[in-house]
Amino acid sequence: MSDDGNSVTPDGAEDGTVLQKPVDRRGALGMLAAGVAAGAAAASACRPLNAATPEERELRVLEWQEFTQKHYRRMTDAERAETIQRIERLAKIRHDEDVTIATTDAQPGVLFGYAFNISKCKGYRNCIEACINENNLDRASDTQYIRIFEMEDGGINLEEADATYQHEVPAEGHFYLGTQCFQCANPPCVPVCPVGATWQEPDGIVVIDYNWCVGCRACMAACPYWARRFNWAQAEVPLNEVNPNQHYLGNRARKKGVVEKCTFCIHRTRKGQLPACVAACPPGARVFGNLLDPDSEIRWVLANKHLFRLKEELATEPRYWYFSD
Amino acid sequence: MHLRAFLLSALRSATSGGRRYHLWMGGLTVIMLAGGYAYLEQANHGLVVTGMNDHVSWGLYISNLAFLVGLAAAAVILVLPAYILKDVDFSQAVLIAEGVAVSALVMCLAFVMANSPGWPWKWWRLAPGVGLLNWPDSMLAWDVILLNGYLVLNLAIPFYILYSHYVGREPLKRKYVPFIYVSVFWAVSIHLVTAFLFSGLTARPFWNSALLGPRFLASAFTAGPAFMILLLGFIRSNSEYPISDSAISKLATVTAVAAQVNLVMLLSELIFEFFTPTHHNISARYLFFGLGEHDALVPWIRTGIALNVTATITLMIHPLRKNPRVLMWACAALFLGIWVEKGIGLVIPGFIPSPLGEIVEYAPTWVELWVTAGIWAMGMFVLTVLVRVALPIELGVLRSPHLEDSQPYRVVRPRSTRTRYPDVRPVRKR
Ligand code: SF4
Ligand code: SF4
Repeated sequence: MSDDGNSVTPDGAEDGTVLQKPVDRRGALGMLAAGVAAGAAAASACRPLNAATPEERELRVLEWQEFTQKHYRRMTDAERAETIQRIERLAKIRHDEDVTIATTDAQPGVLFGYAFNISKCKGYRNCIEACINENNLDRASDTQYIRIFEMEDGGINLEEADATYQHEVPAEGHFYLGTQCFQCANPPCVPVCPVGATWQEPDGIVVIDYNWCVGCRACMAACPYWARRFNWAQAEVPLNEVNPNQHYLGNRARKKGVVEKCTFCIHRTRKGQLPACVAACPPGARVFGNLLDPDSEIRWVLANKHLFRLKEELATEPRYWYFSD
Repeated sequence: MHLRAFLLSALRSATSGGRRYHLWMGGLTVIMLAGGYAYLEQANHGLVVTGMNDHVSWGLYISNLAFLVGLAAAAVILVLPAYILKDVDFSQAVLIAEGVAVSALVMCLAFVMANSPGWPWKWWRLAPGVGLLNWPDSMLAWDVILLNGYLVLNLAIPFYILYSHYVGREPLKRKYVPFIYVSVFWAVSIHLVTAFLFSGLTARPFWNSALLGPRFLASAFTAGPAFMILLLGFIRSNSEYPISDSAISKLATVTAVAAQVNLVMLLSELIFEFFTPTHHNISARYLFFGLGEHDALVPWIRTGIALNVTATITLMIHPLRKNPRVLMWACAALFLGIWVEKGIGLVIPGFIPSPLGEIVEYAPTWVELWVTAGIWAMGMFVLTVLVRVALPIELGVLRSPHLEDSQPYRVVRPRSTRTRYPDVRPVRKR
């Protein structure tokens, strides 16, 4: 849909550009005339009629359906299946990608928690790398969900920390502290959304319906941990680096103009795997597990270590703790 | 048949005028077109073409929104006395104030749209029934409802009054006065809700202050009447429409008082921020003094405060306030000063430094500046059209051709004599 211009293929495919032109002009006229939804709807509805090739026609129908699709949480199972099929097909047409998109729901009896060992982290940033690859993060703008802050021993002051260090690690007299979305139990980013495009799942993961988000960025202003990222332009991921194993609420292709964030690798963790950052950490500074399982490692850490969380005074209750050995 | 005639006459009235009028409207149209082009750029390429980024995720657009909500709400300053307290001086100006509110609201909604990339019709997701409006949780949802509602009120009430006059009827009080009461409460609430949109965010200590709401109101009641004075002064010197001296001087008093209250609140906030230095006020330090080499906003806010202080002092001195030319300049300075202080100076520092202490600065790009200019031009265009239609109807010049009696129904008497303001140019004959 011209809505977010996501039909512009990142690899700048010519057909994409040619195809886009009339759409834009029509969109422009519509906008100047009134900018009313009705006019736009009519304009978009007419487009399939003057499409040239069958594939273009299909693309336009799919885009129209995508534009008018329901909120994810209001879909029936059948509608969900249809939506997934459409997104997979769109990925094929637009980017020639073969992807599988899961809609795995939260598993009963599971509540995810995360703990970060500040005495083990050496600042290697393998987690960042793994996260970028796993979650199909935009390579062009170098989007990263994880930040690793280098801090001087003796205090935690984020204002004096450095997240852009470029030297050999671990640096003498320093320790490292990683941040990402903390999947707060009381997430301030959720209620601010005017269209309810972001919410907390029963397993504690705060997710976004990328097809519903209108890109107002109220949630970015509301997050006290700077965990949300915006698609300022169309994300670009080289074809051979795309992770085809995707989830609707997670690492599937994001459109231009929507918000995204860490989902504790929802496509992996709902199938019982570890998040990519946990798996990738060489010193094993990251602990992840089910808070409702008394035998899990995370429960052991919570029971036996001295813990702290960032900005506890805000009552966000992050499900992300820091500890040291 | 009256309605059709009304719309036609309105159109005719809005499209005809002297050379200066056409130049003005033409100029606005050119700016709007340039803004429209910039908007297309942004819609096609995404918000990369703006200066916003993951750190400073709201910029010039939301700054303007914050300011304009105040301008819209300030119509209440005239509505309340004119309709409810039956103030004769303000009753001539109240339709114009409502016109200002309408144009400010149009700009507000346009800035909300511009802030979210892509085509405006994606906002169908807010529509009742088919969409999902996250109400009452989301302040932005409140804001959208309230802004639209206020827009409808401010269109409907003047329309009813003007249309009645157009067809030679006296508008029925019981039909519109209840809505006036509603609109008064509505005006205050759009403003407080917008303030809460910011102050409710615990993530941003710079906004998270109980004083933000009252400060919003005070600055609105400064900038709004200041703008009204400029507009009324212009109308007064360029048309026969009667605007009494006392209307302007009452407005000037309101402006002067509100400007002082606004300065006091700013001062108390400053004192609080600087005499209790904590990490909380690092954004304020960034705003007023800069942090190391990061000081992009310092010249802005200093200019803004200088304008504010100078204008406020000017308005406090009676002889100066009574001098129309000085009054106009002071109002213009105040308007600009508050635009800086409550727009850019309020929104941008909330993001600097980021909640994790990183400092990334913001400067608007050309695209943003043009879109902003285009939206302002659109607002002025709307305002001009509304005033252009309202005045002749109120003067009884423009009336339904279907009316039987040929005697024009005079609603207000055109001004014939002027007592003060001798230096404004004489009334031009139509
Ligand atoms: S860290 Fe930020 S984005 Fe994540 S749940 Fe908490 S408030 Fe929301
Ligand atoms: S940017 Fe998207 S998810 Fe965030 S508040 Fe706006 S609509 Fe909701």
